[in-house]
Order: sequence, then C-alpha cells, then structure tokens
Amino acid sequence: MPAGGVLEAYVVPILHGISTTLLLIALTVLLGGTLSILGAAARRSATSWVRGGAGWYVELFRNTPFIVQLFFVYFGLPSLGLRLDPFAAAVFAMTLNFTAYGTEMVRAGLDAVPPGQRDAGRALGLHDFTVFGRVVLPQALRSVFPALVSQVVITMLESAVVSQIALRDLTYEADLIQSRTFRAFETYAVATGIYLGLSLVLRRAVGRAGGRLLGQGLG
Amino acid sequence: MPSPFRAITATALIAWSILAFMRPAQADALADIKRNGVITMGVFEDFPPFSSVGTDMSLRGYDVDFANAVAKSLGVKARLVPVTGQNRIPALQSRKVDILLSVGHSAEREKVIDFTAAYAPYYIAVLGPRSLKVGGAADLAGKTVAVNRGTLEDSSLTEAAPPTTDIRRFDNYNGVISAFLAGQVQLITVGNDVGSAVLARRPALEPEQKFQLLSSPDHVALNKNEPALRQALDDIIGGLKADGTLNRLSMQWLLKPLDPKDL
Repeated sequence: MPAGGVLEAYVVPILHGISTTLLLIALTVLLGGTLSILGAAARRSATSWVRGGAGWYVELFRNTPFIVQLFFVYFGLPSLGLRLDPFAAAVFAMTLNFTAYGTEMVRAGLDAVPPGQRDAGRALGLHDFTVFGRVVLPQALRSVFPALVSQVVITMLESAVVSQIALRDLTYEADLIQSRTFRAFETYAVATGIYLGLSLVLRRAVGRAGGRLLGQGLG
Repeated sequence: MPSPFRAITATALIAWSILAFMRPAQADALADIKRNGVITMGVFEDFPPFSSVGTDMSLRGYDVDFANAVAKSLGVKARLVPVTGQNRIPALQSRKVDILLSVGHSAEREKVIDFTAAYAPYYIAVLGPRSLKVGGAADLAGKTVAVNRGTLEDSSLTEAAPPTTDIRRFDNYNGVISAFLAGQVQLITVGNDVGSAVLARRPALEPEQKFQLLSSPDHVALNKNEPALRQALDDIIGGLKADGTLNRLSMQWLLKPLDPKDL
C-alpha cells in the first residue's frame, strides 16, 4: 500500500478526474448547444455564404478524428500565437466537435417542423425572432432530442482522449494509477464502471433538463 | 584382475580430467574472438542516437561507431546483432554474442554479468529554455514540466520535484517534445537520448540542459570469468577516452562534449 493510504493515492485522484470530466461535458453542452442552434439557423440562412460556411464547418469537423482536432488546438495553434492551457484547449476542441454534430441534428429538427407553424406565428403578428425561439425551435428540439442526448453521452465518452494533452480527467488519473501499480485489470475495471455510471446519470440528467425546457413526454 | 567397477572409475577420471582441462580454454572469449577474426556485439535497433536503423536500413549511432572502434583496436571485424531489452542478457549468457553495448550498471545485473568501464553517458535531465533560470529540483516549484508517463524519468521527477510542480504526463515522447516546442510546458524531463533530439531542433527557445536527476552511464557487458576480455576492453575504452574518440562521438551524436563526470 502506498504512503498516505488508498484514499489519497487512488480515491482522491479518481474523484478529481470525475469532476474534471463532468465539468468538461457541462461546459461543452452549454457552449456547444447554444452554438448548434446558431449553426442550424445559419445552415438554413437565406444568405448563401453563411449557409455555405456553416456547411463547410459541419463537414470539416464531422469528417476528421477528434484526437487530431484536439492536437491541432493544443499543439498546433501555439504556432499561430493562440496558446491554450489543457483545460481550455479541451473545452474548445470538444465544443467545436460537438457543435458540428449538434448543428446537423438541430437543422434536421428545424426541417421537420411544418412550414405552416411559422406562417401561423407570423399571421399572429409575432416578430421573426419570437416565431423562431418560441414556436419553431421548441418543436424542432423536441423531435431530435433523443439524438442530441446520445451525442452528449458520446462526447463525454470521447472526452477520454483529452488525457493525451495531459489534462487530468478520469482516464488520465486511471492511466497514472495503472502506470504506478501495473494493475491494469483492476484500474480499468473501475474506470469502466465509473464511465458507465456517468453515462447513465448524464442521460437521465439531460433528459430531465430537456423535459423542463421543452415539456414532458420526451423519448 | 580389473573389475568392471574399476574400468568405469578409470574412464570417469579420464573424462573428468579432460573436461577440467578444456573448461578454461573454452572460457577465454578473447582468444576465441582473435581466432575467429570477428567480435559479435549485441546492440539495440531502436535506441537513437546510440543505435538505430537509419534511412539506408543500416545501424547508426554512438554505439555503432564505438563498436567499430573497439573491433579496430582488437584487430578483428565487428558484427552487430540486434537485441532487445528482454533477450539480450540471455543472448550473452548463451554466447550468441560476445559483448553487449548500452548496459546500465545495477547490482542485480552484476550478479549474472560483468561490466567494463563506462564508455557513454546516459542520464535523466531537466531541459528548458536558456531564459528560464533553473538550477536544481527546488527551482521546479510552480513550473510546468512534461514527462513520459510511467517511465524512469517520471518516477525520478515525481520523487525529486516539490509538491507545487505542475507535472504534465504524456503517453509518449512525441507528446512531451511537442508540448515543449509548442510552449505548452516550461520544462521537460527526459533521458539524454531523447534530449539530444530536442537539442538538435534548436528552436527559438534555445533549449539547454538544466540539471541531472539520475545518472546511469552505459557500460559494455560481458560474461563472468572473462578477465582477459575485460582487461582488453577496459584498455580500449581508456584509450578511446584519452585520444578524444569518445568526445568526438559525443559531439556527433549527443551534440555536446563528453563530461568526464558523466562516465
């Protein structure tokens, strides 16, 4: 047993890793969720260069590996003068990645809202922004909500690679404990169990929050 | 009248005396090397800049040049055999190779093999830009230091660094070096093999060695009970040190002069 006991050697680092992973996904969902809605609106913009730009963004980030995006942000951008610490770099890369998927999902939801809903809102004399925010968007998000929740969980699981830029998330702490103890089976069994638990809790929590915002009865 | 028992005893005695006579002759590896005209040396294939496969698929590095110098001094040809960390001591003991290069000394190894004098520096050091003042482990407080996780460098650094040191552990040397070159960390802790690769890039940071954490110079390893070979190798290493050959190898492959303290 290491000096300082099991608690200090394993439990504290693991708890610290869990909190980092949760903080990462929370910030990513808040930032990425907002940007996804803006991105989806841009994808349906009447201005062709806005539409095209948003399309290129989605294709670029959905068709390249997340780890390459992360390395580009952390190791590459300093060459252009933008030096982010591991946490900021991870949030930035995860948000860029999540936004690309989120944009496509929200766009699909917007497409699924019948045009008559928007026309009805306008007929009532509502401002275009009010029609989008109060009439079209809630219906769009309701229809794609299960896909969005899955993407949140996938993003949380994929965040394990941020350990590669030495950010002390759950995987980083597990790797460190494994390299100190050489107990790969026990270490990764615990990490697997924690990720499984986090996924289930996250799915629930996002589902609840969605129910609050968009009304009950989400799948 | 000779009994069968006596005949067996006599045969056994003769056999024993022949074996007893042959053993020392068989054990003189130096005489065997001279007779065969070739010395067989175990080297790594993936340990730059000491020995690694170059673009032309041949082995190159500090160890390779040293091996050729040793063979030349003995007046024989050098034959390099690739070995791995796991199989090289068994390869030596089963006489598949005459000597091994790049062997760090340890009491555990000393029990099974012999060592010559050190011929190459190997140490773990903290590297950083010229502008950052770091003189010892205490100066690491509050600094960011990259290291390859789970290696000897990691454990040496973790042991020596003050608690406020921000140690960033990466999965491989590429991550460690990239983080340093991108300015994401202030210092790195690596062996002088990897360190020479960083020094070779000479980026705007002007990297330099700050201090050593642990020194374990490379020796030639040979089998036990080979005093003649050991003496010959020690003489050759002494000669190569005195005539400046080792310093030249150090300049060429490690990009810094040989410090006698490192051997």
